[in-house]
Amino acid sequence: MTGRAMKTDKNDRRPNLAVEIAGIRMKNPVMPASGTFGYGEEYAPYLDLEQIGAIVTKGLSLNPKAGNPTPRIAETVSGMLNAIGLQNVGVDAFIQYKLPFLREINTPVIVNFFGNTLEEYGEVARRLADIPEVAGLELNISCPNVKQGGIVFGTDPKAASEVVGLVRKHSKKPLIVKLTPNVTDITVVARAVEAAGADAICCINTLTGMAVDVKTRKPRLANKTGGLSGPAIRPVAVRMVHQVVQAVKIPVIGVGGIVCAMDALEFLIVGATAVQVGTANFVDPRAMPNIIEGIETFCIEEGISDIRELIGSIQL
Amino acid sequence: MRNYKTVILSNQEISSGYYRMRILVPEIGKVARPGHFVMFRVQTSLPPLLRRPFGIFRTGFLPADCDGQPAKEYLEILYKVVGQGTTIMSGLHEGDRVEVLGPLGRGFDMGTSNTEKILVGGGIGLVPLYMLARELIKTSKVRLLMGGRRRDDIIVVTEFERLGVETYVSTEDGSLGEEGLVTQVLERKLRKFPNADVYACGPMPMLEAVQRICATHKVPLQVSLEALMACGVGACLGCVVKGVGHTDQTPRYLCTCKEGPVFRAEQLDWRKMAQDDGYCEGCKS
Repeated sequence: MTGRAMKTDKNDRRPNLAVEIAGIRMKNPVMPASGTFGYGEEYAPYLDLEQIGAIVTKGLSLNPKAGNPTPRIAETVSGMLNAIGLQNVGVDAFIQYKLPFLREINTPVIVNFFGNTLEEYGEVARRLADIPEVAGLELNISCPNVKQGGIVFGTDPKAASEVVGLVRKHSKKPLIVKLTPNVTDITVVARAVEAAGADAICCINTLTGMAVDVKTRKPRLANKTGGLSGPAIRPVAVRMVHQVVQAVKIPVIGVGGIVCAMDALEFLIVGATAVQVGTANFVDPRAMPNIIEGIETFCIEEGISDIRELIGSIQL
Repeated sequence: MRNYKTVILSNQEISSGYYRMRILVPEIGKVARPGHFVMFRVQTSLPPLLRRPFGIFRTGFLPADCDGQPAKEYLEILYKVVGQGTTIMSGLHEGDRVEVLGPLGRGFDMGTSNTEKILVGGGIGLVPLYMLARELIKTSKVRLLMGGRRRDDIIVVTEFERLGVETYVSTEDGSLGEEGLVTQVLERKLRKFPNADVYACGPMPMLEAVQRICATHKVPLQVSLEALMACGVGACLGCVVKGVGHTDQTPRYLCTCKEGPVFRAEQLDWRKMAQDDGYCEGCKS
């Protein structure tokens, strides 16, 4: 067989990996997790940004945010703790300086954002509402590392519902709500945000953790505690995505410790429509293209012609 | 900058606890500048999960030999075994598969030619100064002040000498060279060469002292910093340091990986940086 014939052969059997979430069409179900991919341009030297399903930006607030003191990261077994503290340029600087780069790329841009107060959430959503390059919003109500905002809204179903309702009023953009695992029952908050108008749910954000330097007897993070991410949290994430998929009708994006295609497939099989890759981007800037290729190979080998056959195919 | 999936050419202990690793990297000489670093990963092992940042010690070239071995370009890193990552590294051999992402960061500014150049290295902090010396010696007189706790910490000084660099060694316990801190030597040299450009890399207390001395003598100083780092490309924001004028209201965080690792001393808020615990934790990798 010639090389050329092999290539044609592979093309013929190439599975359809495209998915759609709340009207956002993606070439494949793989996108970065917010905060692990900067504003996209940081990783442009290492991968073709048009290869991935979507770009998810670092979380934005109304005003620029300084973030937490250092040390902000600590490696743990099969994972890392971070307490960056949502350092970001602010929504206006994003629109002015970061968005023009993303405009040229034929991949949907999902903007992650948060507020210190309910009003700030509403105002950021309003400022992004009429910007055509923004394909969708990801509402962060789950950051464990800041005093105000974030997790305060994400752990209380009433507060979560209120902030989703307000953002919904300010923006018609597809609205993804990112949930925290640091609750007793994630399905309660999932149902609350669905009822309040969320178009999709993304879960999970990091698990709150702590590590101690035994010699200095100090916490290894200046913030004392941080969010645990990486392969260590994947089984927890798969379980929670499975629970949320059962609890709501809107699509779910699965995230937590995905490093390779097999990890991503676990999430798709329990019912996630798409997945986010986080910490793995730090380890290997080409993690996402490799995962996409791996999913494609898996589909070919398993005789799956459309990724949607796989989504929610868990045998219980 | 790119991710090279490659192999180790050699990995040798050069002093107690200090290793030199040579890694095959095609055409690295064209892109690596003094002060650049790489993010290193053992291809087949997890843990550790995250890559480790290492300053590039030098790039080099092995010509094709008569046995039919093709010409090879390589880079070298020097590391001290201090934690899990470096312990794993010390057990690697020729032919083991590794990945290096790079070259990364902003390197040294060469300054004006023909002025005296003084390099200050503390222990493993010596690493990024070699390529710098190799470049500076073309146009300037270069002196290296090398400090460590004891004689084991004094590494590869003879290689600087081979470049034509004048070297001064000091150890805290007096087991090699002059007894005392490298900063005492710097004081002396600056009195003798008041117009020198200074370049330094080493532990935070040393850098802080070097900065104070250079400020007193009003000489320009560039420092190469170490920091804990997850990505190395400016995305994780884990490695930030406080820039001059930083307050909570007006944040001036600088990314060590992207805006550094080399900074002009006046870019940084030294008092706040010294207060920040774990700032030099990168040494622990």
